[in-house]
Amino acid sequence: MTQLTTLGKPAAPAARRAAGRPRRTLVLNLVAVVLGLLVWTLLATIGVQGLPTPMEVAAKAGELVADGTLLQDALASLRRVLLGFLMGTLLAIPVGFLMGWYATARGLLEPYVQFFRTIPPLAIIPLAIVLLGIGEVPKVFVIFLAAFLSSVVSTFQGVVDVDKTLINAARVLGASDRTIFLKVVVPASTPFILVGMRVGLGSAWGTLVAAELIAAQEGLGYRMQQAQLYYDLSTIFVGLIAIGVLGLLMDRLLLLAERRLTDWQERR
Amino acid sequence: MNAKISFRDIVKTYPMKDGVFTALDHVSLDIADREFVTVVGPSGCGKSTLMSMAAGLTEPTSGEVLVDGAPVPGPGPDRGVIFQQYALFPWLSVRKNVEFGLKLMNLPPDERRRRAEHAIELVGLSDFADALPKTLSGGMKQRCAIARAYAVNPQVLLMDEPFGALDALTRVQLQDQLLDTWSRERRTVMFITHDVDEAVYLARRVIVMAARPGRVQQIVDVDLPYPRTEEMRLSPEFARIRNEVWHGVYHQPKAA
Ligand SMILES: Nc1ncnc2c1ncn2[C@@H]1O[C@H](COP(=O)(O)OP(=O)(O)OP(=O)(O)O)[C@@H](O)[C@H]1O
Ligand SMILES: [Mg+2]
Repeated sequence: MTQLTTLGKPAAPAARRAAGRPRRTLVLNLVAVVLGLLVWTLLATIGVQGLPTPMEVAAKAGELVADGTLLQDALASLRRVLLGFLMGTLLAIPVGFLMGWYATARGLLEPYVQFFRTIPPLAIIPLAIVLLGIGEVPKVFVIFLAAFLSSVVSTFQGVVDVDKTLINAARVLGASDRTIFLKVVVPASTPFILVGMRVGLGSAWGTLVAAELIAAQEGLGYRMQQAQLYYDLSTIFVGLIAIGVLGLLMDRLLLLAERRLTDWQERR
Repeated sequence: MNAKISFRDIVKTYPMKDGVFTALDHVSLDIADREFVTVVGPSGCGKSTLMSMAAGLTEPTSGEVLVDGAPVPGPGPDRGVIFQQYALFPWLSVRKNVEFGLKLMNLPPDERRRRAEHAIELVGLSDFADALPKTLSGGMKQRCAIARAYAVNPQVLLMDEPFGALDALTRVQLQDQLLDTWSRERRTVMFITHDVDEAVYLARRVIVMAARPGRVQQIVDVDLPYPRTEEMRLSPEFARIRNEVWHGVYHQPKAA
């Protein structure tokens, strides 16, 4: 029975590891950032063509924050990405379930999904602009497509990969198809869906910035495009850093949700 | 005696690259109402396949499976199954796993809770009722699966090596518990095991199967009275029957 008592407190060793590891990793992460900034300063001071120093970029960032441009651009970009991402995943989840659950739906939809998945969403931009004009619609549409395609495939894969024994276990307990779907297939494929959403968000964010480079009146991509015309490298750097930080934040938020919702998974 | 489950001339083949693989070759077997049979045989002889047909999860290639004289209507809660691979829902706690089948019966909540509690206690998992399967050992997972099947109180229990991952002590405890509930509630039990001792201790009849192709090799009657006791395990009669089963399993003539 000693075995049982140790098994009763699975949190203890895990918690210790969780407390010990991040501190060391955090220190290493900080060292890496400081080193990176030093190398950057060094490169800028020994005179790499037009490269601003970190201080100059920070000053520029302060300026852009003060006059509200950065906030406005970031909000514009975020609004587009969230709108497209939400619509994309909200449609992808039912479509993915349909494809995984019904062979007919799968047969009908799979060729399109697989085909459009091989086209980088950016390649759709010219078409979108011609058909939908240069307003918000084509940008949101392209992001929607990027998010939809990556989510739909992983949702579908998740449904297909549900352990057949679990379905049988529910069936012999008297579960109907509906119950099996809601109580077994949906929870069992949640991890796949969340991974798909993260991939989808990443690709939506990348697509958005590129879409704004081409045609926009505001947004982080647009600001960088303008700065390029004036050879304003500091603004370009501010834009790049903002894109990176926002992308990272969104990814971490989803990762947190994923951990919360799929805590039951056995992790190696 | 009425047959609760009847396998009539069952053939099961699987298509292979080179022809077909015969998993079960003309198997006929009747399990009487309220009978306790165990099934032993070498790995791959089709024990799980046969059981899954009684559960209504696998269809025979030819022949038929009858439950109460009628063709199996598919899976249902009247026949509880304990799978060889536990098959616990990993996102549900032990209690929620056990309650899964009870919820489908539309029992009132406190009745449901009471029956789940009882089943969990029976397998000795009360202290782990709120634990997730990933935190359980193999034996504990197996006990949880047993509790889940017991809870819905099925007329037929189909058990696929349910005590395989347990330590010797828990195994003996659960064997006695199983016999105890069986003699009180008189379910029909089909119980697969690799353990010849266990097969003889539990059953009124031991079905010995042979492999390649899977078939019934021999049926050994166990003429020991119930309730079975630990002393019986040491009796000469028990040793004789165990030898007979052992011989049937390990000295099988090659198939023609
Ligand atoms: N889906 C399948 N496709 C092909 N062959 C299969 C399939 N399912 C089972 N078999 C074969 O049928 C035979 C019987 O399988 P089964 O699982 O019933 O054996 P078993 O007696 O339960 O073995 P064990 O004691 O190892 O659990 C095996 O040889 C297996 O390879
Ligand atoms: Mg088996």
